[in-house]
This record gives sequence, C-alpha cells and structure tokens, in this order.
Amino acid sequence: MAKILAVDDSASMRGMVAFTLRSAGYEVSEAENGQLALDAARGARFDLVLADVNMPVMDGLSMVRELRVLPEYKGVPILMLTTESNTEKKMEGKAAGATGWLVKPFDPEQLLATVRRVLG
Amino acid sequence: MSTVSLAQFHQVFFEESLEGLDAMEAALLALDQGGDAELVHLIFRAAHSIKGGAATFGFPDMAAFTHEAESLLDELRDGRRATDGAIVELLLRTVDCLRGMFDRAQTGQPLANAQSDELRQQLAATVGRSVVAPAGKTIDKSTAQSGWVIQFQPHPGMLAGGNDPLRLLRELAELGQLTVEAQLDRLPALDALDPSECHLGWRIELIGAATREAIVAVFEWVEGECDLSIEPLAQVATAQPSNIVEAVAAPAVQNVAAKAVAGSNDAGSVRVGIDKIDGLIDLVGELVITQAMLDQFREEFDPSRIALLQHGLAQLARHTRTLQESVMGIRMLPIGSVFNRFPRLVRDLTQKLGKLVKLEMIGEHTELDKTVLEKIGDPLVHLVRNAIDHGLEMPEKRRAAGKNETGTLRLEAFHRGGSIVVEIVDDGAGLNRDAIVAKALQKGLIQSADGLSDETVNELIFQPGFSTAATTTDLSGRGVGMDVVRRNVTDLGGSVAIKSRPGAGTTFTITLPLTLAIIDGLSAAVGEECYIVPLVSIVESVQLRADAVRSVVGGGELFRFRDEYLPIVRLHEQFGCPGAKQQIEDGLVIVVEADTGRVGLFIDGLIGQQQAVVKSLEANYRRVEGISGATILADGSVALIIDVAGLVRMQSRRKAA
Repeated sequence: MAKILAVDDSASMRGMVAFTLRSAGYEVSEAENGQLALDAARGARFDLVLADVNMPVMDGLSMVRELRVLPEYKGVPILMLTTESNTEKKMEGKAAGATGWLVKPFDPEQLLATVRRVLG
Repeated sequence: MSTVSLAQFHQVFFEESLEGLDAMEAALLALDQGGDAELVHLIFRAAHSIKGGAATFGFPDMAAFTHEAESLLDELRDGRRATDGAIVELLLRTVDCLRGMFDRAQTGQPLANAQSDELRQQLAATVGRSVVAPAGKTIDKSTAQSGWVIQFQPHPGMLAGGNDPLRLLRELAELGQLTVEAQLDRLPALDALDPSECHLGWRIELIGAATREAIVAVFEWVEGECDLSIEPLAQVATAQPSNIVEAVAAPAVQNVAAKAVAGSNDAGSVRVGIDKIDGLIDLVGELVITQAMLDQFREEFDPSRIALLQHGLAQLARHTRTLQESVMGIRMLPIGSVFNRFPRLVRDLTQKLGKLVKLEMIGEHTELDKTVLEKIGDPLVHLVRNAIDHGLEMPEKRRAAGKNETGTLRLEAFHRGGSIVVEIVDDGAGLNRDAIVAKALQKGLIQSADGLSDETVNELIFQPGFSTAATTTDLSGRGVGMDVVRRNVTDLGGSVAIKSRPGAGTTFTITLPLTLAIIDGLSAAVGEECYIVPLVSIVESVQLRADAVRSVVGGGELFRFRDEYLPIVRLHEQFGCPGAKQQIEDGLVIVVEADTGRVGLFIDGLIGQQQAVVKSLEANYRRVEGISGATILADGSVALIIDVAGLVRMQSRRKAA
C-alpha cells in the first residue's frame, strides 16, 4: 500500500488526516512541521505528501521547495492542505512545486477521494 | 462510504485550540510591550489553525468568527496595519470570546451569542468590511453539453510537479465516455529525449452531460502548466446561462456533534512529558526482563539457584514499586500552567485601575499534583486581585512616598522543607492596622484592639465576612473573602500566612503539602542509612580537615565557610545512625541553606542524585523533627528526606539555649 506523509502543526487536523488514510489502508507517517517532514522524507520514500501551509519552524511552501530539490521527490505528488481559497495563494503553492491542493475544510470522504485520484 | 466520525477528534481540537489561545494571549501581551514580528506570525498561525479546525470539525460559527480575526491579523502580518493598544485589546477580547465559544462547544450549546456577534462586527469593521448574513450565493452555471473536445498539451515540466497526465485522463473518464488520441508530434528523437519531461499531447473527445466547469476542475492543478482548450463537440450550442441561487445554510450538525463530546469530557486528561512516558516504557521493559528471568524457574528448579530466585523476586518488587511511583508522577504538573493566566489578569486590572505594576514570576517549573494545581488557581487569583486592588498604590501616591511609580508583584513557587510554597509578594502600602481594627470592631469580631499584636490584627482579615474596602469593587469583591481563600488552601492540607510592613508591602505565603510531590535530591550515606537532601537547599559540598573544625562551648562544632562560621550538624548523631564515620576528614560536609540560615551537614559520602517521590512520614508513622518526609529508593529501602529549614531552626534554638 502507498506510503503517505501527513504534515500539519495541528494535532487534530493531522490526526484526522492520518486516521482517515490509515482506515483506508494507507501507511501514514506524521510530521508536525516542515522541518520534521523533511527529516522524515529523507529517511523514507513517500508516494504522496500532504502538507499544511502555515506551520512554525518551517512552513509548507519552504518545505515543498526543499523537497523538490531532492532527486527522489522530483515527481512525487505533494498536495497543500490550505484554507486559502483564493487563486493567488494556490499559485504560490504551485510555484513552490506543489502538485495541487485540497481546500480546508474538507471531510474524510473528500480527502480520500482526492488521495485515491492522485495515487490511482 | 467512509465511516470516520469527526467527533473523535473534537477533544484534541479543543485542547490544542485552548493551548493556542493561551499562546495567542501571551504573545498579544508581549506584543503590547513592544514585541517583534515573529509574535504576529505566531498569533496568526494560532488563529488560522483554530479557523481551519473549526471549519473541518463542524463549528461554522466559530470558523466565521475566527475568520474576521484572521483577516485583521493578516493585515498586521503584512504590515498593512500597525499594532497599537486598541488592536491588542480587541484581539485579547477575541481570545476571551473564543474561549467562551470552546466552553459552549464542550457542553453542546450554540456557539455564537450577542457578544460574539458584536465582536465579530467590530473585527470586520476594523478591517473595513461589514458582515452580511450569508443569504445565498449566485452561481453561474452553463447547461450541459452533449460532449466536448479537449485539447491537452502539457508543458515539458509538468511531471516534475507531481501531476500525472494519466490521473487527469482517469478523472475525465469519470465524467463521461472518452476517446483519447495521443499526439506524438512533439516527441524528440531518442538521443534528445529527457524521460523526466512530458512530450506527449492528447486530443480527447468526451461524450456525456459534463459541464465545462467540471472539466476545468479536473485540470485545476495544472493550470499554467499546460495548454488547454475545451470546445463543445456539437457546434450547435444549446448553452443557456442561467442564474441558480444556492442557499448556503449552516448545517445543524454542530450541536449534535458537540453533545457527543460533552459526555466524554468529564474525565479530564493530563498531558504528560515524553521523558515521563519514556521512563515508564523503560520500566516496563525491565519488568519484562525480570519476568523472563523468573520464568526459567518454572522449567527447572534447582535448590542451588534459590539465591537467583530471590534476586529476581526482589527485582520484580523494586520495578513494580518504581512503576507505581512513576505512574503517580504523571499526575505532577508544573505550576506554570496556573501562573500563565496572571500576565493577562494583571494587565487588565492595572489598566482598569490606572496603576503601574510589574509582574515577576519565579519557579514556574515547580511541580504540583494535578488536583492541588486545579484547586490552587482560584485562591491565587483572589490574592493577586487583592494585591493590585488594595495593596499596590496609585502611581502618584507611590511617588509621594518616595517609591518607584511602578509597583512590583512577585509570584514565586518553590520547595521548602516538606512543602511547596507559593508566595504572593507586593511592595505596596501594607495592611492598614487602623482600618482592620475599625472594621473588626464594627463587625463585632473583637471587643478592643488593645494589646493585640500586629500579627493578630492581620489574621483578622481571614475571618468570615471581613472586607476592608469601603465599597467592594468589581475586581476583588465578587463576594469572596479571604476566609474562602484560607478555607480552600486548608482543604488541600495547606496553610496561608501573612506578613506585612506598613509602607513596604505585604507577603502572602501559601504552604502546600508535598504528599505527592517529586523533589530532586542528593542521596547521602550516613552509616547504613540513606538520607535525601533536597537539591534546591544545597550550596556546596566540602571535605574538611580535622583542624578546620572548632568546638565551641556547649558541645557544638563550627567550621569556616567563605566568610562565615557555620554550625556542623552530624546527621548520624542527630538521627542516631550506627556505623557512621566519626572523623570529620573521613566524611563530607554538605552546606545547605534555608531562608533562616545555613548549616553544614556531616555525612559519610554522597551516593548520587535522584528524583524522590515524597511520602508523608506523618501519615505512615509520626512527625519527626528535621525530617520532611520519606521516599522509597530504587532498591526498595526507605530513605528519609531532610527538612533543611527544620534542621536550621533546631540549630539556632540550640545556639540560643
């Protein structure tokens, strides 16, 4: 089963994402900020990264930029979990190298549907 | 399809949000003192997380409210607006209002009320917007086509962003019947081909009732990374734009979900440091090893191995006890969580009263049992209110008295003897003897003040129904008197003492029992016994030569430590331990300090540093002077904990005698 890295500083949001995906059979690792996510990503190969934008220590956009520098994460889908529904913020994510986004609030069904689409 | 219930994440959401609000409040207060931009980011992140969580977990009112605060914070973050006192005030009220919303969420009540609506309007007005009731939104929808022709040409770099054309085609296939034709005209020769780039294009015919919007949505993530054209399949456009009004009604799900949580909320929870958990896991590991060791004896028992069996059983007992104590230690929490509320309280009170007060907090890491911690908050709040309301003077009055205009209020927690002490110290006017006496006479608490010491008069304020303020202010009034403070503390097995000097200030000392508290101590060997000396009391350990000690008349011994002569307390004599070292040069002297003085404790030697879970000696045996409690060592034996203040007191009594 695909391995997914869930990155969010909010424990409830991270818990919801991880629980939903694990219930669907995915293997999920969690990180609470961009820096910890990078550390985790370097040690393991993830098939999908889901990341919050606003986080302490290292935000989501910086994390995506750093991830894309790593050869093994060149084509890996990275989705931003963002409350920003305006286009400008989404484009900032794209410019940083994100594959797409999932606009908060989303419910478990929406999350799973998106993840299934991306992972096929 | 998915059966994930969001209610199970509510408790975590509430807890992290309340923590976020505490952090927001602290940052706002720091910002008020001229903090830096990082504070604004921190505040923004906290609000942003609450908004996202509220929207996700079914609290739309809270999400909408927080959204307004977030917009204001966004302006502060971008530097479009400068932070001033009024903004900080507004945001502090926002924090309070959100706390109220969380309270109501936990009990399943409606989140928004008149107060939150008003504040929401005020936030919106500040960012220059007015909140309109969500009536509905107009969505422009074109009617469905019989089919579409989609021309999709990814830019070479699209793959690097993680977007797979196959996914897009699969998604399109969900919208209708697809006919896909790959276009190879941009495919380079093999030697020029970069496999990490996308060279293919597609012409796609989609037959079905899909809208243009649905197709655009499929390609949403690759906008700007591909060339895309979407044309109706049949040139005859049947499209007729129509306006559809979709009502956006807040779902009534919120209350139901909140009620589900309310039931599970009563149990309360404790956040535990990783180190404590790790300690427990280590212990369980040890237990497993011990168990495996004992298990051998089930297979083959040879009487010659009885010593090993005994050893194993002793080890099991030791681990079990340690496990028990570690689990108890989980209940211990730093008093900082109670202290945290005071910066805000002090700020609000001083602003209202026009006083200047500097708050100092010391010893926030001192750990207290969770139960004690929860119950000590209210008495402390009352004492702090009192100190600011009645104790500290107005700036003019302080200046006239030759004092600094800014008063100082100090909250300090520390271990002393067998207790945890919390002091509330102000440098205000001190208790007014005449006012207290007048009031006590009026209330009939005393017949006459003649011959009453200041201490006795001060004690009168703890009498039920006593209040010196001519009119009870809304600050310290509230119908709660000092008698309630004392009763609350007494209920916890503690005591409240008061010390006051006219013109110099007042000190309230709350002493709480240490029955469950953990102290850091050094274990010291004395003969066959082991004593724990609290680390906080230790100044230094020294090895003395015999000629450095002088005997004095009456049997005492003194030694020179820096610039003073300190008495030596031989612990083996004090507590009657056989087999201890007698010669001063063979052992060690630990210099300990209490607030009443220093002494040197003569011991055989140091064993090591350790955390001790304090057991009451009174409850299990009886009170022993110079001992504050007992603890059980890792090997199962009992060690007594030295009451340094008690020993110093005994020493000075001996000197006086």
